[in-house]
Amino acid sequence: MALHVDILTPEKSLFKGEATAIQFPGTEGLFQILTDHAPIMASLAQGSIVIDGASGRTTVDIQGGVVEVSNNVVSVLAR
Amino acid sequence: MANLKELRNRIASVSSTMQITSAMKMVSAAKLKRSQDAIVQMRPYAEKLTALMGNVTATLDASENPYAQERPIQKVLIIAMTANRGLCGAFNSSVIKRTKTVADQYEAQGASVAVFTVGKKSRDLLKKTMNVVGEELEVVNQVNFEGAQRVADVAMQGYVQGQYDKVVMVYNQFKNAAVQLLQEEQLLPVQPAQSTEGQAGDYIYEPTKVSLLEELIPTSIKSQVFKALLDSQASEHGARMTSMHKATDNATSMRDGLKLQYNKARQAAITNEILEIVGGAEALNG
Repeated sequence: MALHVDILTPEKSLFKGEATAIQFPGTEGLFQILTDHAPIMASLAQGSIVIDGASGRTTVDIQGGVVEVSNNVVSVLAR
Repeated sequence: MANLKELRNRIASVSSTMQITSAMKMVSAAKLKRSQDAIVQMRPYAEKLTALMGNVTATLDASENPYAQERPIQKVLIIAMTANRGLCGAFNSSVIKRTKTVADQYEAQGASVAVFTVGKKSRDLLKKTMNVVGEELEVVNQVNFEGAQRVADVAMQGYVQGQYDKVVMVYNQFKNAAVQLLQEEQLLPVQPAQSTEGQAGDYIYEPTKVSLLEELIPTSIKSQVFKALLDSQASEHGARMTSMHKATDNATSMRDGLKLQYNKARQAAITNEILEIVGGAEALNG
């Protein structure tokens, strides 16, 4: 069971795919989401989102935003 | 014979106008495609944002937020969105006309009205008659989120500082290439999001629900402006495409009419010449 990740900005989609672990730059500090995480909504600070998937590691830089996780679906509204 | 030359010149000038209008139509069609794509790209973001807002506000009253406070309306800011260029039918003038009627409405209620213009056309035409407090021209050429943010920041800052009690946007909403819907939309104060039942799951909020809402509300204001700008841009290209198509059609029928006239005049001239020659020859024979 993998996480479905969708990183969106108003202009385009930055990332869409599967992952096993994702690290976020939260406003309260870095945190990581693994599969079957409890539903969470968190605001993000400037930094990079590190996505570990089957095909290796991907890094996406953001200016800030909000992340929502529920039922292994991760949606990021980035800036 | 002077008539022939005149007609030739007119045919040439109509043809060259036709070339320009048909080229403009092609350019607008290509740009319209791109603008429509941008609207489609924006949609998942907007949907997700609305869902998140609904989720947070389902269990929390948003009316405490500085952007949601209803005040007696004394000062109104109207954001008028037009194009930088003309030749797009009623696109610009309808926005300007609507802006004026909206301003009159608020003034009749005793409020003072300020206008923020997006695009050269609204600036040039509203500057003379209304209180234009700011302008934004760059974003119309290339709509991006930073540009929308610049416009939204003006409105948001003015609202929070009490400079304006209400902010409305007047813009063309894109329906299809031929149809634009003129919209008058309230931007501030923020209208409470529709919180649907059962949407609020058992979430962990980090840092807190309140601070998340403080993050989400400005974002949604900015994305509302962004969406309006995208709509306005797509409408502009659609309107220009349609009006240039009509212009090309008109030029074609005009050129055809002129060509017919030209050929008639040319034939008449030839017939005249032959008659003269025949007449001359008969006079010699006789």
